[in-house]
Amino acid sequence: MSRLEIPTPSKSQLVIEGLYKDLERRIEASPPGLCPVDITRAFLELCHAQTCGKCAPCRIGLLQLKHLITNVLNGEATMETLELMQQTAQSIMETSDCAIGYEAAHMVYKSLIGCREDYEQHIQVGRCTCTYHQPVPCVALCPAHVDVPGYIALVAAGRYEDAIRLIRKDNPFPTTCGFICENPCEARCRRNMVDDAVNIRGLKRMAADYAGKVPPPPCAESTGKRVAVVGGGPSGLSAAYYLQLMGHQVTVYEMLPKLGGMLRYGIPNYRLPKERLEDDINAILETGVQVECGVRIGQDITIQELRANYDAVLITIGASTDKKLDLENENAPGVISAVQFLQMVGKNEAMDLTGQEVAVVGGGNVSMDAVRTAVRLGAKKVSIVYRRRVADMTALPAEIEGAIAEGVEVRTLQAPERIELDEQGAVKGLWTVPQMISKIKDGRASVVPSGEESVFIPCTTLIVAIGQSIETEHFKNAGVPVERGKIMAEKFGGFANIPGVFAGGDCATGPATVIRAVAAAKVVAANIDEYLGFNHKITCDVEIPDPDLSDRSACGRVQLGEREAGERIHDFNGVEQCMSEKEACQEAGRCLRCDHFGFGLFKGGREKVW
Amino acid sequence: MVTLTIDHQVITVPEGTTILDAAAQIGIPIPKLCYLKEINEIAACRVCAVELEGKQRLITSCNNVVEEGMVIYTNSPKVRAHRRNTVQLILSQHDCKCATCVRSGNCSLQKIANDLNIYDIPFGERIERQPWDKTFPLIRNSAKCIKCMRCVQVCDKIQSLNVWDLEGTGSRSTINVSKSRTINEADCSLCGQCITHCPVGALHERDDTEKVWDAIADSKKIVVAQVAPAVRTAWGEAFGLSPEQATVGKIMDALKKMGVDYVFDTTFSADLTIMEEANEFLERYKKGETKLRPMFTSCCPGWIRFIKSQYPHLVPQVSTAKSPQQMFGSVMKSYFAQSIGVKPEDIFTLSIMPCVAKKGESNMELFYGEYAGHDIDAVLTTREFTRMMRSAHIHPDVLTDRLSDSLMREGSGAGVIFGATGGVMEAALRTAYFLVMGTNPEPEAFRVVRAQSQETGITEAEVQMGDAVIRAAIASGLGNTRKLIEKIERGEARYDFVEIMACPGGCVGGGGQPIHDGEERAFIRGKNLYFLDEHASIRFSHENPDIHKLYESYLGSPLSHKAHQLLHTDHNAWQMPKKR
Repeated sequence: MSRLEIPTPSKSQLVIEGLYKDLERRIEASPPGLCPVDITRAFLELCHAQTCGKCAPCRIGLLQLKHLITNVLNGEATMETLELMQQTAQSIMETSDCAIGYEAAHMVYKSLIGCREDYEQHIQVGRCTCTYHQPVPCVALCPAHVDVPGYIALVAAGRYEDAIRLIRKDNPFPTTCGFICENPCEARCRRNMVDDAVNIRGLKRMAADYAGKVPPPPCAESTGKRVAVVGGGPSGLSAAYYLQLMGHQVTVYEMLPKLGGMLRYGIPNYRLPKERLEDDINAILETGVQVECGVRIGQDITIQELRANYDAVLITIGASTDKKLDLENENAPGVISAVQFLQMVGKNEAMDLTGQEVAVVGGGNVSMDAVRTAVRLGAKKVSIVYRRRVADMTALPAEIEGAIAEGVEVRTLQAPERIELDEQGAVKGLWTVPQMISKIKDGRASVVPSGEESVFIPCTTLIVAIGQSIETEHFKNAGVPVERGKIMAEKFGGFANIPGVFAGGDCATGPATVIRAVAAAKVVAANIDEYLGFNHKITCDVEIPDPDLSDRSACGRVQLGEREAGERIHDFNGVEQCMSEKEACQEAGRCLRCDHFGFGLFKGGREKVW
Repeated sequence: MVTLTIDHQVITVPEGTTILDAAAQIGIPIPKLCYLKEINEIAACRVCAVELEGKQRLITSCNNVVEEGMVIYTNSPKVRAHRRNTVQLILSQHDCKCATCVRSGNCSLQKIANDLNIYDIPFGERIERQPWDKTFPLIRNSAKCIKCMRCVQVCDKIQSLNVWDLEGTGSRSTINVSKSRTINEADCSLCGQCITHCPVGALHERDDTEKVWDAIADSKKIVVAQVAPAVRTAWGEAFGLSPEQATVGKIMDALKKMGVDYVFDTTFSADLTIMEEANEFLERYKKGETKLRPMFTSCCPGWIRFIKSQYPHLVPQVSTAKSPQQMFGSVMKSYFAQSIGVKPEDIFTLSIMPCVAKKGESNMELFYGEYAGHDIDAVLTTREFTRMMRSAHIHPDVLTDRLSDSLMREGSGAGVIFGATGGVMEAALRTAYFLVMGTNPEPEAFRVVRAQSQETGITEAEVQMGDAVIRAAIASGLGNTRKLIEKIERGEARYDFVEIMACPGGCVGGGGQPIHDGEERAFIRGKNLYFLDEHASIRFSHENPDIHKLYESYLGSPLSHKAHQLLHTDHNAWQMPKKR
């Protein structure tokens, strides 16, 4: 007999371990809009299956909660049932011996409080009032509702031009989004249930790279109506595109020398090469949009003038000013906002950072753009200064990894304290207060000072990337509703008291993503058309291939490659590489075609017209 | 063209053909349950799944199209086992008490289970029982529902009313009235198309046959029946009779054999409707009331429920004439009651209709002198009528052609075609022409308003009458109706006179007609009505001698005060839908 043994897991243990992984992926791909009460019941079943059976509140309490919630679902409960459930959940939370019990009860408790109305509906109506609304997860989660399964099928068939045409029905920036969309569509991709989400953005990039020049569809007959669009960023240009297609004449007023807004002056070339941005802008301009660059609203032209001269006015000025640290010496030479820093690069007026030490404050995507740009401008050392941890950063993980690969230092748990200047009054460095991670508040870990001594981070350029805001002054004065720094448009994009004026994009929502800007543009374009007395429809006559009937066996996800870090830091050329045709064909074949299989076929898998 | 192999047979079919259709072409009827061509191609029931060589998972044949070189097995061991299992699963959630089901013998699930030789179910029964108002004309029995989604699709796609929906999510998903409403609160038109498209007995009309038997048994009651035009085109289907065998005279004979005291043909009151409606139309036309918006016909109660709930502001455009059913009821309880010396209270009016909405319409009140009640006391659908015949063990072989009773015996060919889409318009135009021109047109001068095929949804025509041009439009099916009204509302179309029937193809395709799963018979049945019209001795409503007699001896003239009292209605006298 041996005294000790190395345990080996049994076959069934290994199988269950695998199933746990399957379940994790399944939860990730959970369709939106499920009944909160029924899902809570399902969670509770799982929690109860995990109980060790020792302590009474967990072993019996979770079982009783399960019975009670089932009564609610069966329409056999009363309002007293909810009281009993809440009381029992609280009791389990406060008496169970371990987290298996108290955390399970806490889940039920949170559901009872947060989804109270759903529970009450079940009791009062005796029926579930939830209905399944979003049959195709990727389309539902894309703010612009781009027909994702449609264009993936077209890519699979090698019909790249048709893919671009189909995307443009809902998004006139297919190339741009192929490079930099944050792809919310992938979050609940049903393919997660098999292996991993489809690389949707990668396939869009594929279509954009292989389609060549695709002309826009013809415009509707001219309506004789004229629309002014203030701001030539993604939402302004998208709205202009759709309004032109509807037969209206649009003039875009842009304060900067060229069109594109943040796409040109915010996002660095290595992420979105300018000549590729031009592909989208040129197609938009081909519809006949008129453009006036170098015109600043409130200075060169006023809202009042535009209202007098046009049938409708659309405000899409974006969020192009910066937020301040509110520290002394923030205006000293060497301190610059990320917006301004990146804009100078976009204007070909980049700073020379050769040999300098650069610190960038902030943990968002703009911060990553700033540090990686600073590296390319020759800085000797570039550091990200962030008050929380890497895991708390709002930047996309791939951007953070990209920055680190390019040699950027990450100074986490450092809260800026003061800016130190040299004898000439220029920035010399940043003092920070070390932090330690603390309690989770509203789902996010907070920080508290660690009590250690302040740290000095030497730098001759300090870039502040802690958010953007909106220039609202002129609009406020013109009577446009402004609240908390945002233009307060109604849900339809207009204003109750100013007929004919609309707003959309970042200036109405706060800084967001390209695809959100496009989504807002669709809303305002449709409503401006309606306001002008028309009912034009945007459609696309591309026929979508039938789904392939193969077995959908598990297969890895194709990731886009990148140029090697040591090489790419020397230029501003694109970093990400497109997939090969062979890879694209395989990746597109991973799409489960939720437009054809499952609920999609039953309830509108396809929005053919808007 | 695409070449593939199905069950070892090589076949070449056009691209885009479904596997199901391809197999049917070589005589292989793949079993199916939820599938309804162009309406419900959602692959929900999985009964039509087949094996595609080289693939592990089965594929559905109803919604997948053929591909070059495919090798398909529709009855391999794997397919057989899975199909059997699937049907057993469906049966585990279905109340299988076939003996007490209205669809027994005409149930797609029963047939498939029998065909697959399923005589036991290995699963525990899990029957869902939702509450339902059994007094409502449309009954849903959740215990029978197999969630095929056809009702949802028919109501959405054909009738555009979205009365049904999938409710709840996940394990508790079920079918119910949409938006958490009860059926009483819903804007259901009562067209009954969900019933005629249900593959099982989950949806049916309220059975009123016992009420009729009670009236027949009541010695104080004089039971007076009417039979709608469309019933004659379909009742024989339930007994396997040919159209030539299944005459209206045999329906009259059957009713008499059951103990009904007097039998009439609704064709008579269709003629009466034309007298009122054609005159009303000309009056409105001359006043210029139809310049912007047309006058709409009023004979279809499904349509009335639709316009009241969907376009209430257009209700004043609807003719105030009652439907032929209601007109006949009020004449039976007044003119006819007087002629046989019976009080209206002692008359029990019964109608045999191709329709479910008529059951709702019969609730409409009638006030006539001292009498306060209903025009119509009971409405039976064609299906209920045939069930009643069966229960009375009346075999069609013993029936002979019996004439309607006198006083209101005659009916014109114009009245007969009321049962088909375009028929009311054609009948009205024949009489309007006479009223305007003083001479009759050729009887078939207005054929252009007839449907061209089963697919015809909207027909437009311009008809010359002297100097006047009447712009007419006809729609059947409420989805088509909505399209037409939207066009009118947007100012894209102008008509003077519009006929609407809620059911596709008109009453012949009514929700109360015999059910043939997967078949649309309206157009074929409609042809039967046009045949009868062609061979009718009277072709014009205004030439019906019994109608003349009615006006001369009782009503005076069309649109007279008395005619208004008895034959017209206030569409705003009741609420639609019922408020919560």
